Amino acid sequence: MKAIALTDNPPKRLFSTAFKDKCVHAVFFINGMLVVLLLGGIFLLLIQTSIPAFQEVSIVEFLTSTNWNPTSYVKASYGIIPMLVSTFMVTVGALAIAIPIGIGAAAYLSDVASPRVREILKPTIEMLAAVPSVVIGFLGIVFVGPLIAKFFNIYNGLNAINGSVLLAVMALPTIISISEDALSSVPYSYDQASLALGATKWQTVIRVKIPAALSGIIAACMLGMGRAIGETMTVLMATGCAPAMPEGFPFEAFLGSVRTLTSSIAIELGEVAYNTTHYYALFALGLVLFVITFVINLISDIILHNFEKVHR
Amino acid sequence: MNMKNLKQEKIAEDRGVELNQLKISVENFNFYYGAVHALKSVTMQILENTVVGIIGPSGCGKSTFLRSFNRMNDTIPSARYEGKIVVDTQNIFDKELDVVDLRRQVGMVFQKSNPFPKSIFDNVAYGLRINGIKDRNFIEQRVETSLKQSALWNEVKDRLNKSAFALSGGQQQRLCIARALAVQPEVLLLDEPASALDPIATGKIEELIHELKLKYTIVIVTHNMQQAARVSDYTAFFMLGELVEYDKTSKIFTNPAKKITEDYVTGRFG
Amino acid sequence: MKARQWQQLIGFGTLKICVAFVLLALIIIAWDIYSKGHSVITWEFLTAAPRNGMTEGGIYPAIVGTFYVTVLTAIISIPLGMGCAIYLNEYAKDTALTRIIRMAIRNLSGVPSIVYGLFGVVVFVQILAFDTSILSAGMTLGMMTLPWVITSSEEALKTVPQAYRDASLALGATKWQTIWTNVLPYAVPGMLTGTILGLARAAGETAPILFTGAAFFLPFVPKSLSDQFMALPYHLYIMSTQHHAIAKVRPLAYGTALVLIGLVFIINLVAFVIRYQLRKTKLE
Repeated sequence: MKAIALTDNPPKRLFSTAFKDKCVHAVFFINGMLVVLLLGGIFLLLIQTSIPAFQEVSIVEFLTSTNWNPTSYVKASYGIIPMLVSTFMVTVGALAIAIPIGIGAAAYLSDVASPRVREILKPTIEMLAAVPSVVIGFLGIVFVGPLIAKFFNIYNGLNAINGSVLLAVMALPTIISISEDALSSVPYSYDQASLALGATKWQTVIRVKIPAALSGIIAACMLGMGRAIGETMTVLMATGCAPAMPEGFPFEAFLGSVRTLTSSIAIELGEVAYNTTHYYALFALGLVLFVITFVINLISDIILHNFEKVHR
Repeated sequence: MNMKNLKQEKIAEDRGVELNQLKISVENFNFYYGAVHALKSVTMQILENTVVGIIGPSGCGKSTFLRSFNRMNDTIPSARYEGKIVVDTQNIFDKELDVVDLRRQVGMVFQKSNPFPKSIFDNVAYGLRINGIKDRNFIEQRVETSLKQSALWNEVKDRLNKSAFALSGGQQQRLCIARALAVQPEVLLLDEPASALDPIATGKIEELIHELKLKYTIVIVTHNMQQAARVSDYTAFFMLGELVEYDKTSKIFTNPAKKITEDYVTGRFG
Repeated sequence: MKARQWQQLIGFGTLKICVAFVLLALIIIAWDIYSKGHSVITWEFLTAAPRNGMTEGGIYPAIVGTFYVTVLTAIISIPLGMGCAIYLNEYAKDTALTRIIRMAIRNLSGVPSIVYGLFGVVVFVQILAFDTSILSAGMTLGMMTLPWVITSSEEALKTVPQAYRDASLALGATKWQTIWTNVLPYAVPGMLTGTILGLARAAGETAPILFTGAAFFLPFVPKSLSDQFMALPYHLYIMSTQHHAIAKVRPLAYGTALVLIGLVFIINLVAFVIRYQLRKTKLE
């Protein structure tokens, strides 16, 4: 190709533009890989820091013991079960509240609300997601706690129910916004077909739209669950945090103090010396937490991905 | 003279034209989108300072073909090609070729006018500035020449600093032509440039093409057969990714060699 | 009315109640904190350090600490996050690797904040030996904010019409010139809006800074990157659970909560208005 000059004095280039462009591309590529490194790094680091714990504690004890008492003068014990049960309890409680309300609100936003109402409601609900978890925890102490104490006639309202209520509030924005996306992406032709057959709008929502968007809604609930399991400050502040195995299912347990995986780490990491068995054991808790949330996120990710493929 | 030039000479001889008249030579060009074979062994030559019209039913690969000349298909992830496209003496798929230089030499105007959300002046000056030209006088002069060439100067000379979005659709498209001309390409690719325009604006664009032919080699894709008949010297008819027939426009429209071409240009299908 | 219409009326009524619950939660949060916190907010509360074992005085060091650590978070997460978004939206082809990167981003945003805290303790506090400091905390929060910055930046990049890129490339611009002159100028306002929201969330986070640099009480503001710092959310946590006279300092806790939530709401509101304006003036 002829070298064509735009002017008589073409600007001099030290490197060819193609070379420079390749360099820029390489820089951005490395930047892009960073997130994979970060995720992998977090995982490997948790494993690496957990391993020393199992030189003193057997994995079987760690996974099956119902006693967590690392600071005992007699014999330190490291059983994850009480925390797993506690985490499970507050999460299930939270989802029991958040899923019906969340799906209902999502259905309202996508199928009932007028565009103007939706324009106002959506950012308002996003506001709820923006409230710092520590503020929600604070309200658990000063508002929800006393309410629960009064209602159940108990002395202290810092318990699993309190945690569930707060986590429900925190999981709601996630569940609503992703369910709403799923409902809105159901093609309008479905609505038309159903309405043309004489169904009411309500029947269409319940019998056509929600079933069509179901996998997206399930993914939304799972993501909400992931948030609830991983939430730290609210449960730390509002559940009382007694490190004992919850007993007397279901009522006594839910009205009693519980301590989740996250709050155990938050409480104890500040009190242990670095690089002790107790310290490593807390990282093992972190690893368990990471694996649980990772699996949940991954599954919901796959469900959502397939859902999008179908409704593209 | 190297091998390439000898080969070019041969091709030129076969077609009965002078070597220096041959601008683009497509040799056995295949194009794939993933598993889809979009262009099948296309071979054709384009002469300097002529207008080549490319016609064919939707999905026949004519736009893909056009976008191969300046390698705009590079941006499509699953695209793959075989064969050669030679501009002057350079195979544009050569590893050493800087695609940036190619695109400066082979300009393109898109189906939908796509001015940048900048002023009229900055739109036309864009190609110069990204090529590192800072000389204000030079840029001003080139902007003026380009706008005159695209027959837009008189309409916009008093409002060069206004947003390009304030122009009408036809004006926007001529602005895009001016923008392409500003870097002084040798070949101009037009991808259905008038498909979104009203008849008057279309007429202006067609008039413009006649004038630009004197300085540039033009390849125009069009779905409008009357337009192909009006503006092009040669016409290529594509169908299902194959080049069915390529000849002088008058021949294609009055006495095509193949039945299917005749069916198409007489409107039996497409 | 027919039964089916009754059914619809009740059904939609139930949905409305669901929305009402959500709004009620927001109203309770805002109202309870405002009504009990606003009387605490004085000029002194905002500009003085805590006094008398944190039973009097203000929250100035916590405000400044949160501001500093958020600036650090921004310095770390904005360039890396925007760079990653540019890579994904402008360069990356749809390969297995790209899908892994996207999956990593979605999973990172689901990693519990306390796990980021653990990561920060090992990597920044211990391995890189930044100790418990504002630098360690800022980097930890930066890592946590990264996926949010990437996601919102990519959204903004997607709103720039492909035609701008094509036109620029066809004129002989390189990829980077195209991005720099014809994509970023139109995407940056949107990228920043999303990023600001991410930073607001980071500013309200407590778990990642618990062990990486936040301090119970400091009478001064941090003077260097290696100092510890007070932070609003951590201060609220302390005042509501760890203080020796919780009942006595409750009003101060309310005041702190009000400042924190006020900041977050204002930032969200600003971002919302900007986004609304952007959408109105959206190109084509």
